[in-house]
Amino acid sequence: MTRQSVLEPNSLPGMGPDETFPIETLPMSDTQIAAIAIEKAYAKGRIEVPVLRGVDVRIRHGEFLSIIGQSGSGKSTLLHLLGLLDAPDVGEIHLDGQRIDDLPARTRDELRNRVFGFVFQFYHLLPELSLLENVLSPLMIRHNLWGYWKHRHEYVDRARRMIERVGLGHRLTHRPSELSGGEMQRAAIARSLVAEPRILLADEPTGNLDAQTGQEIIDLLRQLNAEVGLTIVMVTHDPKIADQADRTVRLAEGRIQGLSEAA
Amino acid sequence: MYKLLLCSRYLRTRYIALASIISVTLGVATMIVVNSVMAGFSGEMRNRLQGILSDLVLEAINLDGEKNPEAQMALIREVAGEYVDGMTATVEIYGMLSFQYAGQWMTRPVTLVGIDPGTKADVGPLVDYLQSYHTRTDDETGKTLPPERDKTSPPTWEMTPSAAAYRTEWARRQKWFLEQLREEQKRHGGLSPLEPGIAATAPAQEGSAEKPADAVTDGDPFAGDPFANSGVGTDLAAHQPDLADPLPGRLYVGAGLISFPYEDSETGASRTEYMVQPGDDVRITTVTSGRPPKEAHLSGTIVDVFKSGMSEYDSSLIFCNLKYLQKVRAMTHPEPGTPVVVGTSVQAIVPGEGASFIGTVTAIDTRSGTATVQPDASEPVSGDVTVPLASLSAVSRSFTSIQIKLKDYKDALEVVERLKAVFPASRYSIRTWEQKQGPLLEAVEVEAAILNVLLFLIIAVAGFGILAIFFMIVVEKTRDIGILKALGASSRGVMSIFLGYGLSLGLVGSGVGVISGLLFVYYINEIEAAIGWLTGRKVFDEKIYYFKEIPTQVNAGMVIWVALGAIAIATLASVLPARRAARLHPVRALRYE
Repeated sequence: MTRQSVLEPNSLPGMGPDETFPIETLPMSDTQIAAIAIEKAYAKGRIEVPVLRGVDVRIRHGEFLSIIGQSGSGKSTLLHLLGLLDAPDVGEIHLDGQRIDDLPARTRDELRNRVFGFVFQFYHLLPELSLLENVLSPLMIRHNLWGYWKHRHEYVDRARRMIERVGLGHRLTHRPSELSGGEMQRAAIARSLVAEPRILLADEPTGNLDAQTGQEIIDLLRQLNAEVGLTIVMVTHDPKIADQADRTVRLAEGRIQGLSEAA
Repeated sequence: MYKLLLCSRYLRTRYIALASIISVTLGVATMIVVNSVMAGFSGEMRNRLQGILSDLVLEAINLDGEKNPEAQMALIREVAGEYVDGMTATVEIYGMLSFQYAGQWMTRPVTLVGIDPGTKADVGPLVDYLQSYHTRTDDETGKTLPPERDKTSPPTWEMTPSAAAYRTEWARRQKWFLEQLREEQKRHGGLSPLEPGIAATAPAQEGSAEKPADAVTDGDPFAGDPFANSGVGTDLAAHQPDLADPLPGRLYVGAGLISFPYEDSETGASRTEYMVQPGDDVRITTVTSGRPPKEAHLSGTIVDVFKSGMSEYDSSLIFCNLKYLQKVRAMTHPEPGTPVVVGTSVQAIVPGEGASFIGTVTAIDTRSGTATVQPDASEPVSGDVTVPLASLSAVSRSFTSIQIKLKDYKDALEVVERLKAVFPASRYSIRTWEQKQGPLLEAVEVEAAILNVLLFLIIAVAGFGILAIFFMIVVEKTRDIGILKALGASSRGVMSIFLGYGLSLGLVGSGVGVISGLLFVYYINEIEAAIGWLTGRKVFDEKIYYFKEIPTQVNAGMVIWVALGAIAIATLASVLPARRAARLHPVRALRYE
């Protein structure tokens, strides 16, 4: 087990002995998902560009955490690593104390489907499918034809509830191209919720929306966090948005620069 | 589940991919149509070949023939009787056909086949190819006339009523002309001799029949028939008192020998002109079976026209009555050692007259020592003749081949083997009709195979089209693939979306192709007519192909293979793009602009 060693903050590379930086103090037992000593580099042409240079983040059950940083600070990459969309070069991802980044592909696919919900800046709805079908898609992916057919009424009901919850009950059969940006983001949230995930990973959910619509989305997320106890990890570059989270992790140049708790 | 949904959605929204499967559809439809028509043609051809040649042929290598067909047939029955359905002995010989058309003698090379219509019909569907068993179109009125003979009636050497009527009319005119000529001659005292070959002038077509005056202006009509007085040829005047009676030789003449197609200059329609027709007389020159072979002349009346659709046969075959041909070719040999019993062929002499004839013994009265002999139809003697038994000598008629029909053609090779074991290879060749026509059948098969390969290449080309378009679609769908992966879809799942997409394109393409191909085959004659009407030119001329309609034969196995092949190609073409889609990295796919 390497966990013990990486918990020593001073052991992180590139740190002087006297430098102070916020130490992850959350005990492992309270941690739902943790990124431990993550390093990740992307190849741009022939040059390896380091994106994350040793990041340690622990997220509580039911926490609304925001990750803030400038473009290129590695915040999206961190989110992708947390959601198993990508694998870290160094370091580990733990879910409920279990390492998950080295699981076989099939299990990781399963985890993405059941445990994580994703919301993206550009909504990423499937253009060929109606709103209802888009929302149902995680359930369709989860089951084979027969399994889905058996539960189809239950699932459609659930999807309808989710869609109504995000306020799009009147738009069920519309195609994504017929929806506004805010509506599409709500649909994306409904889609991420229909699979009943435990952790919602939102990558700049307001980045493409005007301030008011963005605020509505944040309110929706807050509400979900409060009512269902859904853990939310949100990446944003907007401090105003980030401040609305319980806790904010500030990333710069691939390192954690600061932690701040909401008042 | 999502795979199916996405497949069907992509199918409905990506019209470009549908365009790519049009080539699959066309390829499949073309293959089905071409194969069906080719199978139809070759099936028809095989039927006809088999019909003419019979299943199996035992041929004497010597054109002079082999003796005693009855004994050979008995041997065949002994060796392979359980397989044999019917047999007939025939004589095949090359010859030259001569007839007069438009005042000119025409000579054509022919294969003369002496047959016994009754037993010949046992080994092949002879009546199917005789014109009197088919409906005819009246040239003047354009009406379709019913067949003159019923399919169920066996072929005979008798003329049809219309041919008989035609001949009677010709004979009436001929007699009238002869009367006139005789009168004329009396008056002029025979100043100039008649050109030879007038009396025997066949009652040819309009030209000569209606204006024979050109040819018959003077001379003695009985003077110069080069055939009647030569060789074995019978003396017409001796036993043919009535011109309206047919000659002893009776012929089924191949249509191609006596007709030619031409385009009507007024209507532009293609028509067939018959130079002679049933009821007319023609001459055939061949050789005797003696040493040295001498010329032998056979005068005959055309009883029917033979038209099988195989131009090879239609323009060379003449069927004639076997016994007469045997007589003309001197193929009847005395067999002194053979006892005379009922059914034996014998040579007899008409008591008191001294005329010798050949016939078959029908009854023997041992008490009075006489036998009743039925003369052959071609003999000048008619009616049963009772002669002293002692004056009869058995004769054997030679044959050149025995045609055999099998109960089941599957056994043909087995029978060939058995017959080869008993019939010496130096004297007989034993072959199935397929072996006889081997090169032709092989050529047809090779042609079909090559055509199939070429056509399948069309579908393969369509496969590359699908490949290219799929790559495009995968690139276009990169972000969607990223989303699916983010939502938990596995690489295999993503791959199967595109494989399923390819499969369903293949299914749709080949399904539509199969349906349209089959519809095309089903309505091919209507389509041919429509194209003919549009272009004003007949696409399929039945006068050339001898088929009333384009023959087609749909082979279910072929259709299934073509459809499966097309589906497989469409699916295979989607493998590479699908693998590419499956290997896409989700993060990079999501970021793809």
